[in-house]
Amino acid sequence: MNVETAGLGAFFIIAIMAVVTLATRWGGVYIMSFVPISYRVKQFVSAMSGSVLIALLAPLAIEGDNGARLALLTTAATMLVFKKPLPAIAAGIVAAAVFRQF
Amino acid sequence: MDETNKPLHEINHILVWAGFKQLVPISLFVVIFGAAFGLAATQTGLDDSVIVMMSTLVFAGAAQFAVLDLWGPSVPVIPLVVTVFAINARHLLMGATLYPWLSQLAPARRYGIMLVASDANWAMSLQAFSRGQAGMGILFGGGLALWSFWIVGTWLGIYFGSAISNPKSLGLDMVMACFLLAMVVGGDKNLRMLIIWIVAASSSLLAYWYLPKNSHVVVGALAGGLLGALWMDKNHER
Repeated sequence: MNVETAGLGAFFIIAIMAVVTLATRWGGVYIMSFVPISYRVKQFVSAMSGSVLIALLAPLAIEGDNGARLALLTTAATMLVFKKPLPAIAAGIVAAAVFRQF
Repeated sequence: MDETNKPLHEINHILVWAGFKQLVPISLFVVIFGAAFGLAATQTGLDDSVIVMMSTLVFAGAAQFAVLDLWGPSVPVIPLVVTVFAINARHLLMGATLYPWLSQLAPARRYGIMLVASDANWAMSLQAFSRGQAGMGILFGGGLALWSFWIVGTWLGIYFGSAISNPKSLGLDMVMACFLLAMVVGGDKNLRMLIIWIVAASSSLLAYWYLPKNSHVVVGALAGGLLGALWMDKNHER
């Protein structure tokens, strides 16, 4: 099944995207409303919260270019030393930018 | 995670405005992402009004970029739904992780706030909650900041996009990754968490290499979550 992108078709495609995305924003909350919040569920959820980020970042760190790797390394190191996110992010971006100039 | 003593789920105009301001610095980078999307979408051949409407109603950068790859004279519906769902499936996990606090709110507010849930405001609000601070203002106000800056950025990209022809050489493609990493490193660290993260990272990589496209975030997150549920933290306040 295909939707033409000319005319109103484009808006239909956006509507599909919007509904699917909204389902993901609401779905997790909705499903959890049927799950009794035990201590085990809390542990699952708190372990998952860091894991989402790690799972997002792992392929970037392994498969990315050296600029990307250096950016992540610099951010992690700066964050460990200064414990402030904005300097850490800035340092990471600068590291990637400088590295990619050469 | 003790939400019973103080009303951490509290939300009012002051908290929302404070959350908005707290997310403005990162939102400035979101403008650049948005501009990159606006430019890419123009180059793909989408009409200006279609592009702005997509950013406004969908508000999910990675999925929007992916849809540009599917764009042509016509778009196949099943791959469209699968791609958007797979990339945005992490929202399901975000909603679940916020549920202990969201559940304290009336359903209309709960789901209203989730309209603007995104990576950055989710990560920051969760960090606030786990420190025992009120986080709903960050989630909602910060989400409004990200959303409005995303739309503005998209619009700028349509009209002035050629000014940032190569965001990668400026390191701008790394903004969100560095932000999220800073959130991870700034959170709780102990041996149990470290091992959970290693499991999450390895599962994510295996899924990235051997499972269908875009499945790695969900696979890695669930693997980490399951380990956390099996190997529970013993020093806890129940």
